[in-house]
Amino acid sequence: MNAETPDRARHAHHATPGAEHGERVGVYVCHCGHNIANTVAVEEVAEWAGQQPNVIVARDYKFMCSSLGQELIEQDIQQLGLNRVVVAACSPHMHEKTFRTACQRAGLNPYLFEMANIREMGSWATDDREAATQKAKAQVKGAVDRAVRQQPLEPLYVDINPNTLVVGGGIAGLTAALELANAGYHVYLVERDSSIGGHMAKLDKTFPTLDCAACILTPKMVDVANHPNITLLTWSEVLSVHGYVGNFTVRVRKKARFINEELCTGCGTCVEKCPVRIIDQNFEVGLGYRKAVYRNFPQAVPKYPVIDTEHCTFFQRGKCRACEIVCPTDAIDFNQKDTFVDLEVGNIILATGYEQFDARRVSQYGYGRLANVFTSMEFERMVNAAGPTAGRVVLRDGVTVPRRVGIIHCVGSRDKNHHEYCSRACCMAALKFAHLVHERVPEAEVFNFYIDIRASGKHYEEFYHRVLAEGTHFIRGRVAEVTDAARGPGEEGQLIIQVEDTLIGKQRRIPVDMVILMAGMESRKDARQVAALFGLGCDYDGWFTERHAKLDPVVTMTEGILVAGACQGPKAIPESVAQGSAAAARVAGMIGQRVMKMEPVRASIDASSCSGCRICNNLCPYHAITFHEDRKVSEVITALCQGCGACVAACPSAAISGAHFTRDQVLAQIEGILWDARQPEVLWLEPQ
Amino acid sequence: MAKPTFAMYWAASCGGCEISLLNVGELILDVDAAFDVVFWPCVADFKYQDVEGYPDGFIDLCLFNGAIRNSENEELAHLLRRKSKTLVAFGSCAYEGCAPGLANLTTNAATMRTVYTDSLTTDETRGNLPQPVSQVPEGEISIPVLYETVRSLDQVVPVDYIIPGCPPEARQIAAVLRAVLNGMPLPAPGGTIIGAGNVALCEECPLAKNVKQITRFYRPYEIVPDPGICLLEQGLVCMGPATRSGCGALCPQVGMRCEGCYGPLDGQDQGARMLAAVASVVAAGGSHLDEHAQAREIAAVMDTLVDPAGTFYRFSLAHSLLRRARVADSSA
Repeated sequence: MNAETPDRARHAHHATPGAEHGERVGVYVCHCGHNIANTVAVEEVAEWAGQQPNVIVARDYKFMCSSLGQELIEQDIQQLGLNRVVVAACSPHMHEKTFRTACQRAGLNPYLFEMANIREMGSWATDDREAATQKAKAQVKGAVDRAVRQQPLEPLYVDINPNTLVVGGGIAGLTAALELANAGYHVYLVERDSSIGGHMAKLDKTFPTLDCAACILTPKMVDVANHPNITLLTWSEVLSVHGYVGNFTVRVRKKARFINEELCTGCGTCVEKCPVRIIDQNFEVGLGYRKAVYRNFPQAVPKYPVIDTEHCTFFQRGKCRACEIVCPTDAIDFNQKDTFVDLEVGNIILATGYEQFDARRVSQYGYGRLANVFTSMEFERMVNAAGPTAGRVVLRDGVTVPRRVGIIHCVGSRDKNHHEYCSRACCMAALKFAHLVHERVPEAEVFNFYIDIRASGKHYEEFYHRVLAEGTHFIRGRVAEVTDAARGPGEEGQLIIQVEDTLIGKQRRIPVDMVILMAGMESRKDARQVAALFGLGCDYDGWFTERHAKLDPVVTMTEGILVAGACQGPKAIPESVAQGSAAAARVAGMIGQRVMKMEPVRASIDASSCSGCRICNNLCPYHAITFHEDRKVSEVITALCQGCGACVAACPSAAISGAHFTRDQVLAQIEGILWDARQPEVLWLEPQ
Repeated sequence: MAKPTFAMYWAASCGGCEISLLNVGELILDVDAAFDVVFWPCVADFKYQDVEGYPDGFIDLCLFNGAIRNSENEELAHLLRRKSKTLVAFGSCAYEGCAPGLANLTTNAATMRTVYTDSLTTDETRGNLPQPVSQVPEGEISIPVLYETVRSLDQVVPVDYIIPGCPPEARQIAAVLRAVLNGMPLPAPGGTIIGAGNVALCEECPLAKNVKQITRFYRPYEIVPDPGICLLEQGLVCMGPATRSGCGALCPQVGMRCEGCYGPLDGQDQGARMLAAVASVVAAGGSHLDEHAQAREIAAVMDTLVDPAGTFYRFSLAHSLLRRARVADSSA
């Protein structure tokens, strides 16, 4: 016989029935292999639980989540007539659904199940066996006392709108939009910039295969623009989001382009004739120029330019109109106004990307002060054939070809002063740069200054070896400073990189002509506002928080809001694409269900207890609370409520109650957890 | 048939409850006519021995005001419970500790120091403190023992009814008395609230209520509130939303925030409920800020809320979930 059969589940502790609530509770304490059993005396907890009021049976078992563990529960429900089930195991995020389903199979309403998390909140939090065991008992007691007060609940069903909103037209968003559109679902793609393409559109080559970025990206951009299932809204921003999974209403502002898209053919004559030339801080990262009426790059999608009113002579001084005069189709429209579009969608995929770390913040590397210190994005533009230097590697003067190039890794990343995390993509980009310098300036010497080379990806390590073989120097050590203060004749007129070479244990000063700073990725400045707008969470660094780091990386804690690409954390192209596809697959799966089952955990207001104080009125993140001026009471619209509990906690008259989290349930759980707490002494006599 | 008997007792309280009872006006004459007053130290000379001499259950209606602060209060609570058919916790002190209950934020030693030593108007040179036991020519005399923790009446003995308020509104007392005098049935006893509403005070408050966004708090002396508009919206911590109705919202109507004297709604912790509510409507720390900046902004607003314990628990501390603060007496 298999030792894991339910029959061998040790110690079935039976308690005398005679429950104060008449409820019959089964308690199951999971070993989780060694995860819990090593720290918590699971047998002792089960035995103790068996003696608690209302508990009919208590067992411990190696893996409660296994099919055998689940069968154990189902058998007990049927044979012992249990009407409440408590499992003491891992986090409910992990297995609440598993056990709820098991209860349901055995005919028990799934909301009569309660989970005590004795792993993440117990065995993993301490090595103290006694304390962990004591805490596990308290958690079990709290769960039992709460479970006996639980009420059966029926799930709610909502129709799912098959349209999807994708926010962000970088490679992750493009991928997600195309996947869904190809599956036959309509997608609204909203992009803040005038063209889709994102950061990838600025790149020349992509590591490790050295594909031309434009060659693989622009076909996708064109597909998006031409796809019958995609409505492309560029130069647009999401203003507000209302509703809930399956039924969001999103208001988008389409900023005025001052170009009539119906008439514009994208010929570019207006751009050519525009007399205003300004430095392009956005697409060319300050390395090139653009006009006041401009497109980011010739293959921009959509092809229509935009007019930058801050620099346009007509908008500033009321004169010029050169573009209007030259436009062969009369597409220039100076009177255009921002327009607002309301979209009805069922799901939203956020693919809002990242920003490059501002290398000025690491002042010792001299960016912004020393002319020939470049950022990695500047170098990307420089080596791009369509970039400001047409692909020539030159110093800031625009003509001198560098002989010695230093590439500094981890600028702003892996640095306690800035970001502790690794930006993942920069090592490989640095290797790519080394290769490109050798390709464009064969006689140049290239130095890479690195902490560790992180080349863990398909064919990445091979690429590293290729770059090594090309003669790039690798110096292991974090650069102390980049300076133009020469200490000797050999250093004059050059940039000196001061570094401790940790492999030879010596300080070195390496003169170079050009320095490239591999600036890391950071979350967008407005990531927190965007997160608040869509109702999802951000971590400390501003990256959007996924539901589960390993098992649910593209779904957030807010139903119907998904994330893809670098807005969730630093990512290179392949991972962003994978996430874009994954998010699309998740959305397609949800649309396929047509109807969605929703947790019946909802708030409701007892109108007879509501005093109409209106404290709850503006708390609801889902705008589910409405105030009836005539009756002076507030009401929760069940269909909009997501059961977060903000209003339940806030209601000063306790008129709002949350199903499955009622006050008596929560207080019973608290009192259960405090079962062994000493009664506070309320009376002390004056010491004589 | 003998008239039903009436008693009223005054434990740890200010005496306002007795005044409020007299505020019922001429109705008091009906009470006097209908009842035989058998114990009412405030208005007539009765001794404790008189009460001890009554048979158990002799008193038909006993209104008990005041908290249980010392051994005398406790002794009388037990005595009157035994002698009364219907024991009513009358007013906030008996119901929930009220202002005497704020002593639970500190120790007796500290209270004594404040009253007899640190007070500017007290001559402390002789260091005279009340002595529990004193030797006098006639022998040894003692005063009641002061308890460290102030309790409500129902924390000492079971009570049948509770009439909340500091003091209870005369018209509410009158309504209860009329009901009793006319022999109308009262709700089932067992700590049952009578003479008050079941909904929060805002229900009967006529001020206009809008959505609340508080950017700073004010103490009553700091602003002249706009008449006609909810005081909480104006930054005055009006306890109305967490307070039982019954008084007619007298204070808010004249621009004074509700201090919460009618106590919490059924089964609630008044201070905790109001604190949660207030915290929910502070408009600071917008989502555009990082967590530290949010915390700083929120803390700055909350710093304008002076004396939170006295604001949220002015009346209900002794009867709250917390009951008292755990304090280490630094002088001991």
